[in-house]
Order: sequence, then structure tokens, then C-alpha cells
Amino acid sequence: MKKNYLAYPYILWLFAFILIPLFLVLFYSVSSKDSSMLTLDNYKRFFDPIYIQVFVRSVNLSLIATLICLVIGYPVAWIIANMEPAKRNFWVLLFVVPMWMNFLLRTYAWMTILENTGIINTLLEKFGFQSLNLIYNSQAVVLGMVYNFLPFMVFPIYSILVKIDKNLLEAAQDLGADKKSVFMKVIFPLSLPGVLSGAIMTFMPAVSTFAISRLLGGGKVTLIGNVIEQQFLLVNDWYFGSALSIIMMGFILIFVYILRKVEKDDEERSIF
Amino acid sequence: MENIVELKNINKYFDEDQILKDVSFEVEKNEFLTLLGPSGCGKTTTLRIIAGFETQTSGDLLFSGEIINNLPPHKRKLNTVFQSYALFPHLDVGENIAFGLRIKKIKEEVITEKVNKALEIVNLKGLERRKISQLSGGQQQRVAIARALVNEPEVLLLDEPLGALDLKLRKEMQTELKKLQKEIGITFIYVTHDQEEALTMSDKIIVMNQGIIQQIGTPVDIYNEPSNVFVADFIGEGNIFSGTMLDDFILGFSGKIFDCVDKGFSKNEEVDIVVRPEDVKLREVSEKTKIKGVVTSVIFKGVHYEMNVSTDDFQWMVHSTKLYENGQEVSVEIDPESFHVMKKAE
Repeated sequence: MKKNYLAYPYILWLFAFILIPLFLVLFYSVSSKDSSMLTLDNYKRFFDPIYIQVFVRSVNLSLIATLICLVIGYPVAWIIANMEPAKRNFWVLLFVVPMWMNFLLRTYAWMTILENTGIINTLLEKFGFQSLNLIYNSQAVVLGMVYNFLPFMVFPIYSILVKIDKNLLEAAQDLGADKKSVFMKVIFPLSLPGVLSGAIMTFMPAVSTFAISRLLGGGKVTLIGNVIEQQFLLVNDWYFGSALSIIMMGFILIFVYILRKVEKDDEERSIF
Repeated sequence: MENIVELKNINKYFDEDQILKDVSFEVEKNEFLTLLGPSGCGKTTTLRIIAGFETQTSGDLLFSGEIINNLPPHKRKLNTVFQSYALFPHLDVGENIAFGLRIKKIKEEVITEKVNKALEIVNLKGLERRKISQLSGGQQQRVAIARALVNEPEVLLLDEPLGALDLKLRKEMQTELKKLQKEIGITFIYVTHDQEEALTMSDKIIVMNQGIIQQIGTPVDIYNEPSNVFVADFIGEGNIFSGTMLDDFILGFSGKIFDCVDKGFSKNEEVDIVVRPEDVKLREVSEKTKIKGVVTSVIFKGVHYEMNVSTDDFQWMVHSTKLYENGQEVSVEIDPESFHVMKKAE
């Protein structure tokens, strides 16, 4: 039983930095400035149309970003997975290296590209075109999400695709499947777990981001992350901010649960 | 009989390595043909060329008389049972078996009927909704066979299909496979490195080594009349040694002269000789004794004793039901028809 001792530091960590803070947030979310009574007022405030609108916008933009990531990421994962192992590692590295750079820096870089006096508009004007309004709108925010979170979609799919037993593909061909059928009936269904974890990994940071929307949305595209940030840093209403955080957490949990459920059902049912 | 598959001078290189050298053979309709050889001998590559997963560097592959060198695998009228089974993990047993039929867009009722029949053939009735991961190795094996057979291929290719099963199950499946092949009457091309399996199941065996066909023949031919030392050594245990054909029917080795039943060699030609352990007779030493030896080890093998007998220049392996004690002096005797004389390898 000696080995249990090794778990103690982690258990300590778990209590000190995960469970207690979580409990505090939960506690704040049901408290208020004015009274010492527990209250659900903070949660009720969320249902104000202003916040609902922000919430729907967050989910909407994140879903769009996730979908775009999937549409771009799957082919990329597929192409890398089909390369020779040596080349594969090089391309994986190409995807990883930008992630080592600071997230804010990467997003600032997009600002200098999209700004009214940015690279694209400068070029457009040089060639006599009208300059375009590329930044501070929801498209720019989605672009930022896709750019920042695309690797989270590519890698789960890639890691599943490289592991697919090549014998299965030969078996499918042997049974009369042409390339398209092999993909539709074997490769894609087998890669679904990767697609789902990719979707979760992309959607979660996207839906709770506040930096991308602040920098590329320029205050015009407020997401739920921005509202939470404001509650804590600007308005100093930790109670409402905590309630919003708990709501987001609950929402993400439900989202993940539903996706997992879909995956399980898919395993049980046949794809035909 | 009609040839269903024909290989003509097939050569295959992987980069610089020549894997197959001038491989040519014919497979007759409804034949059980086995490609036998040690690992790396090219037997699996040969099978993969027939299936279409590899393309030969040169030579022709014929199916029912037509050249199909560049026909992709999904258009070939044959199916494969893979060594690893390669069952689809995302599909249940029934859907695995139905895979080929669904590709052909066959009607749902027909598919159900055919899948049920296939399950019946491989004794897996009632398991169609099982997941692949819930099956034992033997059951997976059967699903793999059913999945191939349900498409009614003209030729079934089997790549060491029993390799992953334990001995008892393997023996059972050998008998079942052979029975199945006779009942449904399709051609089997079977790859194995297990000589006993090959001898038990095949109508015709092709022994391969280092990409070259060593011998083609019936199991009895291959066992009794191996064409060279490799085949003799690979098929069963044997006493293999050099000798000289002094004349037709007269064989010399160890400085003695023996009668044999072989002829057609040139006079005084150096030859290889194989004598199966069960063909070596041990007797008490007498004045007629030509080869005298001493028993140096005895192992009880159940049906027989395996004994090693040392003579001046050779170590004989002997299988006999009669026991001679360790250290005993014995006379080693061989009947003329028990000598299998082979040309020396060039």
C-alpha cells in the first residue's frame, strides 16, 4: 500500500487548486453583495435577453468555427496520415510550431493583417481597389478561432487515421469496395472518435474565448467570455461572473455528454 | 481440368531485392493448392499478387485464361481471408459478412438470407449482432471465412488463416476448412509455413524458398519424393546425407553398397539421399550388419520412440515403436524403396 503515498501530492493539488476554487466559484454564484442569504438571482440575471443574445452568439460563432476547422482539418489530417513516416513528422511539426508561439502574439499578428491600415488593405489600395472592412466583425472572430484552434482538430483526427489497420483497407478492397467506398464505409466511420474529440477540443476553447473576440472583434463582437471577464475585472461583480462561469461549465459538460452519446450510439448501430 | 489461375514467369522486386524469381504455376478449378515455405520465401507476396494488393515487376497473371495484371483488387473475382482476419471493428458480425454484398447493392432480403446461410456454414448462427471484440479468436476466424465466402468467389485466398489459433483449434479448423472446400466446391489457394497443415489439407503443394519454387506436387509426392535437400528437410524430419549413384538401382555411401529403386542418374553421380526416420529399421547386430551404430539418446514421443543412433560418420534419427536402450549397439537397416535419391543442388 506504500504506493498510495505517491498520490498524496496530487490529491493535495486537487483540493487546493481545483476543488476548493470550484467550490468558491459555486459559492460566489449563489451569493450576493447585499445579503448573506444564498440566492439564485445571479442565475436569473443570465436570462436577460442581452446575455442570452451574447450566449447564443458565442455558441453560434464557435460552432461555425468548429465546422470550418473540421472541413479544413480532416483533409489535412488525411493528407499527413498518408505520407511516409519521415515526411509526416515534418508536417506535424509545421502544425505544432506556431502553437509554441504566444497565443496573443498570433492573434495580434492577424490584427496587423486585417486592420484598415493593415497588410491586405494597404495592398488593395496600392492596386487601386477599395479598402475592405476586414476586422472588428464576427467573421474576423471566427477566423481567429479557426486559426488558433485548427491544430486541436487536426491532431485527434490524424492520430486516429494513422492508427487505422491497413489490412482493413485491403479487406474492404478485396470485398469489392472502390476508393470512395473504402473511405465512406471504413475509414470515415473508424475516424469518427477523432472527429468528435477534435470537435470538443475546438469548440471548448472557442466558446469561452475572450481574447480573440476582444482583439479581432474590437468590442463589437462580445462573447460570453468577455462578459465574464468584465464582471470580474471591470464591474467587480464576482457573483454574477461566477454564475456565468458555472453556466458555461454546465453547458460544455452537456455538449460533451451529447457528443459522447452520439459516438456510443454510432458504435452500436451500423453505419449503413 | 480447367486452369482458373495461372502465373507465368512472375518476378517481383522490392527496391533492389528480388522477392520472387520466375514463379510459374497453374491452379485448377476446385483445387486446394497450398503455397508452403519458411517465412520470407515469397509465398505471401505471391498470394498478394494474385489478390491484386501487389503488382508483379514482370510476368503475367491469368484468371480464367484472361490476363489481369493491372486489374485492381476490387474488380477481381476472388476473396481473401487475411492472416490478421482484418474484420471491421465498427461493424457487427452480420454487417462484416454483409459488407461485400452491400457494396454490390444487393437487395436487403437476399443479403439477410445469404448472411444467414454463411453464418450457418461456419457454425456461427445467432451471433450476427455480436461485436467483433466480443468474439474469440476461433470465432473471428470463422467470421473472416464467412465474409469471404458469402460473395461466392471463384477462388478463395487464405493467408495463414490458422496461424493465430492454438493447436487443438487449428486441427479442428483444418478438417473443417477441407470439408468446406469440398462441399462448396471452390478453389482454395492457401498459404502456410506449417508442413503438416499443408500435407493434411492440400490437393497440390508448391514448396517455395527464397522466391523460387522448389517443387510442385501432391502431398504424397512431396513427402516421398522430395526433389531436393531443401524440400526433404522442410517437409518432415529426415536423415539427409550425400552418396553416389554407382549405377541404376545401386547406391553407395559410407563406403558401402546398397540396393535402391532409383535410376536415371549418370554413373557415379554425386547425389543427396533422404531417409525418413520411420523408414530406418533397427535390429540386433549380426554378421549381415552393414551399418553399425550406438543408440545415443531416446525420447518417448507417445506413438513412437525417437532415437538417435551414432555411426562412424553420421547421426541417424530413428522413429520406432520398438525401444532400444541408450548405449546399445544396433544394426541400422534401410529397405531399398526407403532411399529417396535427389540430384545435388547446383
